[in-house]
Amino acid sequence: MKGLLLGLAVTAALLVANAAFMGVFGAALAMPPYLLQVICLAGINITLAVSLNLINGFTGQFSLGHAGFMAIGAYASAFFTVTFGDRIRAVLAMLPPFAQDGAVLLIALTIGAVLAAIAGFLVGVPSLRLRGDYLAIVTLGFGEIIRVLILNIDAVGGARGYSGIPKIANFFWIYLFAGLTILVVHRIVHSSFGRTLVAIREDEIAAEAMGVHTTRAKVISFIVSSAMAGVAGGLFGHYLMYIHTNSFTFLRSFEIIIMIVIGGLGSISGSILGAVLFITLTEGLRQFAQYRMVLFSLLLILLMIIRPQGILGHREFVTFLTRRRRQLGTDQGTAAEGG
Amino acid sequence: MRYRIAAAVCLAGALVMTLSCGSKGSGKEIVVGEYGSLTGGIATFGISTKNGSEMAFDEVNKKGGVLGKQIKLLVEDDQSKPEEASTVVTKLINQNGVVSMLGHVASSHSLAAAPICQSAHIPMISPSSTNPRVTQVGDYIFRVCFTDVFTGAVVAKFASETLQAKKVAILVDVRSDYSVGLQTFFGQAYKRLGGTIVAEQSYSQGDSDFRAQLTAIKAASPDAIYVPGYYTEVGTIVHQARELGITVPFLGSDGWDSPKLWEIGGQALNGCYFSNHYSTDDPNPAVQKFVNDYKAKYGQVPDALAALGYDAARILADAIGRAGSTDGAKIRDAIAATKDFPGVTGTITINAERNAVKPAVILKVENGKYLLVETIKPEQVKL
Amino acid sequence: MTTFLQQLVNGLSLGSIYALIALGYTMVYGVLRLINFAHGDVYMVGAYVGYYLSRKLQGREPSIISAVLVMLGSMLACAVLGALIERLAYRPVRREARLTLLITAIGVSLFIENVAQLLFGADPKFFPSLAPSADFVVAGVRLTSEQLTVIAVSVLLMVLLRFFILKTRTGKAMRAVSFSLDASKLMGISTDRIIAITFALGSALAAAAGVLIGMQIPKIDPLMGILYGLKAFVAAVLGGIGSVPGAVLGGLLIGISEVMVVGYLSSTYRDAIAFGILILVLILRPQGLLGRVQKEKV
Repeated sequence: MKGLLLGLAVTAALLVANAAFMGVFGAALAMPPYLLQVICLAGINITLAVSLNLINGFTGQFSLGHAGFMAIGAYASAFFTVTFGDRIRAVLAMLPPFAQDGAVLLIALTIGAVLAAIAGFLVGVPSLRLRGDYLAIVTLGFGEIIRVLILNIDAVGGARGYSGIPKIANFFWIYLFAGLTILVVHRIVHSSFGRTLVAIREDEIAAEAMGVHTTRAKVISFIVSSAMAGVAGGLFGHYLMYIHTNSFTFLRSFEIIIMIVIGGLGSISGSILGAVLFITLTEGLRQFAQYRMVLFSLLLILLMIIRPQGILGHREFVTFLTRRRRQLGTDQGTAAEGG
Repeated sequence: MRYRIAAAVCLAGALVMTLSCGSKGSGKEIVVGEYGSLTGGIATFGISTKNGSEMAFDEVNKKGGVLGKQIKLLVEDDQSKPEEASTVVTKLINQNGVVSMLGHVASSHSLAAAPICQSAHIPMISPSSTNPRVTQVGDYIFRVCFTDVFTGAVVAKFASETLQAKKVAILVDVRSDYSVGLQTFFGQAYKRLGGTIVAEQSYSQGDSDFRAQLTAIKAASPDAIYVPGYYTEVGTIVHQARELGITVPFLGSDGWDSPKLWEIGGQALNGCYFSNHYSTDDPNPAVQKFVNDYKAKYGQVPDALAALGYDAARILADAIGRAGSTDGAKIRDAIAATKDFPGVTGTITINAERNAVKPAVILKVENGKYLLVETIKPEQVKL
Repeated sequence: MTTFLQQLVNGLSLGSIYALIALGYTMVYGVLRLINFAHGDVYMVGAYVGYYLSRKLQGREPSIISAVLVMLGSMLACAVLGALIERLAYRPVRREARLTLLITAIGVSLFIENVAQLLFGADPKFFPSLAPSADFVVAGVRLTSEQLTVIAVSVLLMVLLRFFILKTRTGKAMRAVSFSLDASKLMGISTDRIIAITFALGSALAAAAGVLIGMQIPKIDPLMGILYGLKAFVAAVLGGIGSVPGAVLGGLLIGISEVMVVGYLSSTYRDAIAFGILILVLILRPQGLLGRVQKEKV
């Protein structure tokens, strides 16, 4: 009950914020469009990073094909909106425009997520039997195959790119889904299934010996992760109004990897931090655009040498708050805090 | 540990602050934006265009500027990524307050950014995006080059009438919308003129081995082979074709335009032709002056992209002058009214579809030089 | 039939390049169990070093001597580069988790690519011709001198490598280290030195491949290493990662299949073929054609 109320409150807050940024409450609260764009792209990155962390960080399976699932989500949802959007709107004509848009977006994103999930299943089943290094290369390969296949579908633009997507994703929707992604991943991680995933990460053979269906668990985690990447892709397309396969190369997969590695594999807050840092640095260093990737790759190498667990390691933001309380608690001899 | 996190958050916050500020021009300047790919896969195109437009604005400023003010050009790099194009254009419009936009070379990037310019009522002039869809985005989007439809028709006319080629094979770059578009438009025009396409093969940008496709084309015995791709692959393609014993001429379009084309292809390219926006051979004194000035300033002969960047900038400056104000709608109307503007890429008139009506040239490759062979005017071509 | 033979020759020539690069992957994996993502980029650097060296030698007539000089120079430079990468980036993380090593390798790869873009410029460069060019026609099949050079040099290098690994002490030490790192240390082998030599050797071969590719297909650009590197890795896996003859076999097979697919089907799926083969191999025979099944012990 508490969770539901909290969720509704957050949703309401997002709605109000969105309206404020759009200038509904006057120019003073309106956000400059450039800054808004950066914030929205950050939100999409957060969704991507958190979803990748589920499979890379928590399950310990190194997937380098995330961009491929993002692409499937983007193209599938865009195709739906462009082809069927108007018909849906006609059916829902009694609703106000923003509700119509919302409905179209929700259906489009669902389709994108489902297709991405199916792709995740098809990719996951053969690949997840492999060990770390091979899995990385195979997922990279799959990501590229997906991209090349989409490039050859003329109905979604092929080499021309897909344009004419209505801009129905906005701050509200992007951060709503970012929040949902965080929620879903958090619930998975803190469930017994999540402990299974961590067990697989720590020692797969021991987990198997303990009776865990490792392949099945890995595949499920992969499917969930891909579905969320698909949602991120859909939001991406419906925000930028134009998509091209060049936005979904393995370089994009690498960028997401950089985000979660900086923040800390196995930490949801870490992924959020990493995503925000990444886009802030990208935009802030725009004058030095040529050196951007040089800096990021150097940062990655140094990070692996000096602090491979990233900024937050396996911890979350919350741990810092509770740790202090726990310290105070033990000082006063309170045992209730533990566990 | 907590301090480190706090420090990171403060750093991030500081960076966010810098994002909110952008340099808007002082009241004494007219700020114009340009977005291009200055790094990444298509960087050479962006840099050429930037050079051309910078040179044009320098000239205009030396003569006193426009409306009594100097023009300030702000160029942003989109790293050869289409989604970056949309972000930098948003930044230029909202953070830097530009009154007009120049860009892009690649149609995919133009298509990504055009909706933003359109909804912000900022006129956008593309120097060299040739995909017909770009100007269809809205009435604030213009181009100073002709479209691929025209290019395809021009090459078809040349092949059919001048070269008397009855059978043509096409080798297309499937990864490039430019190339695929030209394949379609050439095909339509050529068939209308009575020719036959005997073979269609494809390659991907970045490939380096074309012997398989060329062997198949050789088997179809064409009179000429049309390769509407970029110089980066074309040189190798023609080189390998000659090695395989193919002797017929190759045809191309403006994607061939680069001094590097000869570097790669060498002697194999002798006797090949390509369509282009302009020729450095053009005896027109304005063109020669442009070529010499550009060589003096940048140390290389200007390619068509630089020339188009130059013309786009000059047309924009001229339009702002004619509009008498920096209001977006007025500039838009002035651009749309451009008639018979003396550009180095030809006499330019903007038509109702916001495309440029101007002649194309056919160049012949001969011993390292690209010689002007024919000029084909819009009236001569049935579209 | 002649078309088929022609494609076969094309495939052999392309495959030899993949084989040379694959050898580097397989040797490094053998000793370190690490996929050196940056290996493809070393190949790219080799091509560029060759480019700049041959520009320096320009003015003289293209000759065999200058070609050999360029190749040796490039191999030397990349051997140093390979050893440097190992020393600076991989050795500090050698004891860490496999994932950390992998991420480091990705970082190094991205770093080299982007620095190369900065240093050399993003636009492609074109190799000047080094050796005099001639064509031979045998049984209707056209062989360029470049293709012959590629095949001949590759064979030579592979034979030399095999000799080195089988007959010299260092080669024996390399084989020992790839069998068991810890046992080799106990036997008194300086594993750090051997690993460094392995990297240097692999990088030298990649550099040779880079120069050869530059001679055959004159276009080089800073991102050329990515795709070639990945396909060479697939070749190494196909042949059995850790196996030197496997890398050669894998390289040739990948090269031939790629050319055949492009010639008889469509060029669109050229890149997808290598990945397709990889997936098939890993599902059906993960140890590769010539590899041994590695049992993982707890």
